[in-house]
Amino acid sequence: MSLERKVISGRAVPIRGNEVDTDRIIPARFLKEITFERMGDFLFQDARFNEDGSEKKHPLNDAHYKGANIMVVENNFGCGSSREHAPQSILRYGIVALIGESFAEIFAGNCKALGVPTLSANKSDIQMLLATVEADPSATLTLDVDSRTVRIQSNGKEDVIQVTLPDARRQSFLDGSWDELGTLKGNLDKIKETAASNLPYFTNFT
Amino acid sequence: MSKGTLYNKVWDRHKVTTLPSGLDQLIIGLHMIHEVTSPQAFAMLKEKGSKVAFPERTVATMDHIVPTDNQFRPFFDTQAELMAKTLEENTKEYGITFLGLESGKQGVVHIVGPENGYTQPGMTIACGDSHTSTHGAFGALAFGIGTTEVRNILETQTLALSLLKVKKICVNGTLRPGVTAKDVILAIIAKLGVKGGIGFAYEYTGDVFENMTMEERMTVCNMSIEGGARIGYINPDQTTYDYIKGRDKAPSAENWDKAVAYWESIRSDADAVYDDEFHLDAADIEPMVTWGINPGQGIGITENLPNPAGMSDADRETAEEAYVHMQLQPGTPIKGTKIDVAFIGSCTNGRISDLREAAKIFEGRKVASHVQALVVPGSQQVKAQAEQEGLDKIFIAAGAEWRGAGCSMCLAMNTDKLKGDQISASSSNRNFIGRQGSATGRTLLMSPAMVAAAAINGVVSDVRELQEVTA
Ligand code: SF4
Repeated sequence: MSLERKVISGRAVPIRGNEVDTDRIIPARFLKEITFERMGDFLFQDARFNEDGSEKKHPLNDAHYKGANIMVVENNFGCGSSREHAPQSILRYGIVALIGESFAEIFAGNCKALGVPTLSANKSDIQMLLATVEADPSATLTLDVDSRTVRIQSNGKEDVIQVTLPDARRQSFLDGSWDELGTLKGNLDKIKETAASNLPYFTNFT
Repeated sequence: MSKGTLYNKVWDRHKVTTLPSGLDQLIIGLHMIHEVTSPQAFAMLKEKGSKVAFPERTVATMDHIVPTDNQFRPFFDTQAELMAKTLEENTKEYGITFLGLESGKQGVVHIVGPENGYTQPGMTIACGDSHTSTHGAFGALAFGIGTTEVRNILETQTLALSLLKVKKICVNGTLRPGVTAKDVILAIIAKLGVKGGIGFAYEYTGDVFENMTMEERMTVCNMSIEGGARIGYINPDQTTYDYIKGRDKAPSAENWDKAVAYWESIRSDADAVYDDEFHLDAADIEPMVTWGINPGQGIGITENLPNPAGMSDADRETAEEAYVHMQLQPGTPIKGTKIDVAFIGSCTNGRISDLREAAKIFEGRKVASHVQALVVPGSQQVKAQAEQEGLDKIFIAAGAEWRGAGCSMCLAMNTDKLKGDQISASSSNRNFIGRQGSATGRTLLMSPAMVAAAAINGVVSDVRELQEVTA
């Protein structure tokens, strides 16, 4: 898959709730694995399943949303623990972009590091979007990172909403540079120079 | 944009360059790692055959999965054992200091860093853990990161970051008796909300913070992230320097003055410019208790549970959800709510001063018969100190369990968990649904002394009533 994330289209799954924290996205007891491989299996575990393993009513258990690759959420999504397991579980479940009213910072940064855009829109647009995909799970969304818009097509109708995405993030999705490691590594000499000239504590103030 | 603040000064010192994306590349002076969020990062390194660029600037310990009842190896839990082993092997392979169980220095990462002198003013500090904000108590820029960023630090000692705004949080005046650092931060979050700090670093200033000990300052900064602020800090002063002096990794005596000069140079200027300010009067704060499912849903111990009807839309929805989960009623007092479990510990309140405060309440009293009380020191050094002072005997005599160092029931990745819909009085930092290990479990956050009072009475109590009796 190319690293560029210019346009993402597909169907969306609605996840209602404010302040959905990362403990809810993936409860701590599933963090006891030393790889992220199985994290997709545990996405929203406690919201989706009863203790006896039977299913609760949840959009991710609803066959209509099977195959959705976009998640629509409300505000301060991903607050709490910095665990990258949360965006990993979302990505590995098959979600490649999120649209919401707002996202917690560490969470949005972790998503970015995985190449997953988190787009913000105002409350009324998010409510419209949630209502649309709840009424019509087959609605198609087209996220355009460049123009910062989302086009929604449902039952022959079309809407376009504006979304926000910080400039640096937008740029990194457009040119595929969201994994910064290579860029950071290119400056190793400069890193050593900066530390030597600016940071006396690197040598314990000798 | 802010100017002349500690945040700006430390940022500028650590800046390598502005990247093509517009983000700044910042050096991370201290990198702390633990067993849960680092193995995947090391795996990424191994896959590519990469090296750790500055192994001496990373330090590791083990806390989340460590059982606090039986710490003999191998751990009974095979997943926990594998995690422990993986961290041991990774740190050995890459030449990273590891403060493991045999070192006598193991503990919750945010307690271990300061108590060994790793944490110092004017540093940038990162760890794959959101409560890294704790280290801001020393006047460092300290924040939580994800695992991919852990990898970036291992390979380059830097991160690509965007500048935050700075909000000055002023609390002036004198705290009333029985009101602690935990109550101050819970009151701030209750006022500003859990989203109030998004996009900001919090600078805590004013009499109240200046008069606090380092341990109290750590409690405050620890919970910055619960208010949405990825960073919270307090300008370093004599209290800070006195705390650091003589610790294991502190600057040596002959370099001490140079260190202090650097630390003084990064303090916020008197005429620094802030993006926003918030003021709170110390006298208005009383012992706090959370009643809901996020740390912003807190009230004073003498208050009644709030009515969702009067709230804004988003707050009302969250409050309604909280009342369903917590099985509590609006309009009723929080005081008197029956508890099942009392937990004293965590990186918020697992330090020696917290245990001393709790011990004062436990001394000569008994834990209510229906309550399970756990006292969990934040580190092996805290444990040793507490035992030297005889605090362990007080806890045990009161009927509480005295455990080994670890995160314990703060997040229940180990054997300590709530069962069913048990309700716990907890000195930790998160009351999220499922946080303490049961999907239906319920958490009331409060100070360690308040937890002790709840443990004794078996119900949420006003600790000041017990303190009066003691005094
Ligand atoms: S004590 Fe709790 S909050 Fe602190 S590091 Fe451990 S799990 Fe995280």
